[in-house]
Amino acid sequence: MSSLDSIVIIARLTLREAFRRRLLWALAGLTVLIIVLTWWGFSRIAEVSPVTGPVEMLAVSQVLVMLAFMFSFVLAMTAVFAASPAIGPEIESGLLLAILARPIRRADVLLGRWLGLAVVLVGYAVVAGYLEVGAAGLATGYLPTDPAIAPLYLAGEALVLLTLAMVFSTRIASVAGGAIAVVAYGLAWMAGIMGGVGEAFNSDVLRGAGVVSRLILPSDVLWRGAAGALTPTEDVLRGGGVASPALYKFSPFSGAAPDPIWLGWCLLWIVGLLAIGIVLLRRREV
Amino acid sequence: MSGIGVGHGADPTRAPASDEPAIETRELRKEFGRIVALAGLTMTVPRGEVFGFLGPNGAGKTTAVKLLLGLSRPSAGEGRVLGAPLGDVATRRRVGYLPELFRYQGWMTAREVLGLHCELARLPRADWDREVSGALDLVGLAQRSDDRTGTFSKGMQQRLGLGVAFLGRPELVVLDEPTSALDPVGRQDVRRIIASLRDRGVSVFLNSHLLTEVERICDRVAIVDHGRVVAQLAMADLQREQGTRIQVTGIDGLAEKVAARYGPARVEGEWLNVDAIAEAEVPALVRDLVERGGAVHAVIPMRHSLEERFMSLLGVDGADATQDPGAEATAAAKDPDAAEPASTDPKATR
Repeated sequence: MSSLDSIVIIARLTLREAFRRRLLWALAGLTVLIIVLTWWGFSRIAEVSPVTGPVEMLAVSQVLVMLAFMFSFVLAMTAVFAASPAIGPEIESGLLLAILARPIRRADVLLGRWLGLAVVLVGYAVVAGYLEVGAAGLATGYLPTDPAIAPLYLAGEALVLLTLAMVFSTRIASVAGGAIAVVAYGLAWMAGIMGGVGEAFNSDVLRGAGVVSRLILPSDVLWRGAAGALTPTEDVLRGGGVASPALYKFSPFSGAAPDPIWLGWCLLWIVGLLAIGIVLLRRREV
Repeated sequence: MSGIGVGHGADPTRAPASDEPAIETRELRKEFGRIVALAGLTMTVPRGEVFGFLGPNGAGKTTAVKLLLGLSRPSAGEGRVLGAPLGDVATRRRVGYLPELFRYQGWMTAREVLGLHCELARLPRADWDREVSGALDLVGLAQRSDDRTGTFSKGMQQRLGLGVAFLGRPELVVLDEPTSALDPVGRQDVRRIIASLRDRGVSVFLNSHLLTEVERICDRVAIVDHGRVVAQLAMADLQREQGTRIQVTGIDGLAEKVAARYGPARVEGEWLNVDAIAEAEVPALVRDLVERGGAVHAVIPMRHSLEERFMSLLGVDGADATQDPGAEATAAAKDPDAAEPASTDPKATR
């Protein structure tokens, strides 16, 4: 059995578990509820004040970014709480012992678990993200800068958190690992805002803090990308009274498409962390 | 549990013969920080035998099992399983394993768990149904095959674990406390299954605390203490080490001399104790004593039990050299399974 076969077996097992344990159903149900509520809410906004001018569009975009943030938070929490018990606790409970004694490498078990959960998270982010953007667009007629890519950034952010929690789960108890990952996510978000303030006010210290934070945990790179994709175009911003669209992109309600170097770092970070997770799992006593 | 399952019993093909031992270790050592779990394990498990691995709590038995299966890495020493170095991933295809800590995906049915392990064990897909049905029959779970394992009792989960371990005709089966959650009927079933595995040439490595159980099924045992093998002996040898107590009067001074021809002898009052005498030679000894004028009042066969040898090797106080038949009651009190009729032949229940 090649490594790929083994990874696919474990990924399929993980997907089946998500399905049987009703994780997918719960996510689907909540998504439908949120989409309906979103559509209803935006429809009421459009009723009160038809979204025809740049001011209204700016207001709608801020509501949409806030919704996206809530959505990214749900995704991050789902990633952390699904991945935290995925390896270590299953070894300690005996669940993985019989599997690890089969002709399968530990690396394949970790990668299979990661892949299975990644499929769940990316699938959820993409489907729910497009529905959300679509519901807002249908209700108000508002079209953000790059609606097609926003859900992909959110999916990427979920993968970053999934990877972090999965690596923790190789060595740390699920509660502790999950808590650390959630706190790290929150700190990275805060550091991203501070970095934005540093950019806006030309503070090297704050800018540097933002960069270091993104190097350690690049979830905010992707979140700012998603927020930027949901922000109005520069013309709309100017028309809405924003004097400097360049500065507006550093506000908590906005963002900007990340530099390709940062996207490359996100990819490298995920690959590197998975490699660290593999080494940690290999060295772990079971 | 039924006797032999469909998947296993239908084909009497024996496991591939090989001159190499099923397991061989040399000075295998495992340390956890400053704690030495195994201090230098050296043992050989021949092919096709049921090998008991005994020792007190904390002796390093489960650590040794994990090293053999590649679940843990040795700090020093070396070992081979089915001819391959410890930790060889491909060899695990030929090894079945029941962990001491058994737990299976509670959201899956028993049939699905077995199917998953067919896949993980790289069995041909065409064989899965036969293997799964055979395993379910073998461990007596056919009626519950489509129930989620989360609804199973601990004993049923252990039966499922045994089914998982027996999938795919392994050449070596490693069972870590395989009857810890089973009732006496289940234990007897496990003994039958293990005997059937031996009949097919499968090597069985049995880690168990239940000495009476080990005594009944194993061909050979290793006793481990403080991370080292303190004794490795064949059960047939242990059986041969029986003794006899004879109450004899009228030949003071001669009895010990006469008996010395049959084995190490000593006199305690009217009782003549002869160690390591073959059962078939007892009538001849009695005849010799009578011919020399002795009056024989009683002949009591004595045999060493594994428990006594175990206690003796571990230096536990109160371990007698031999055991009389009445001692079975004591053993039964310690181990409910021992309440089954005892046999002087440890292999009689196979």
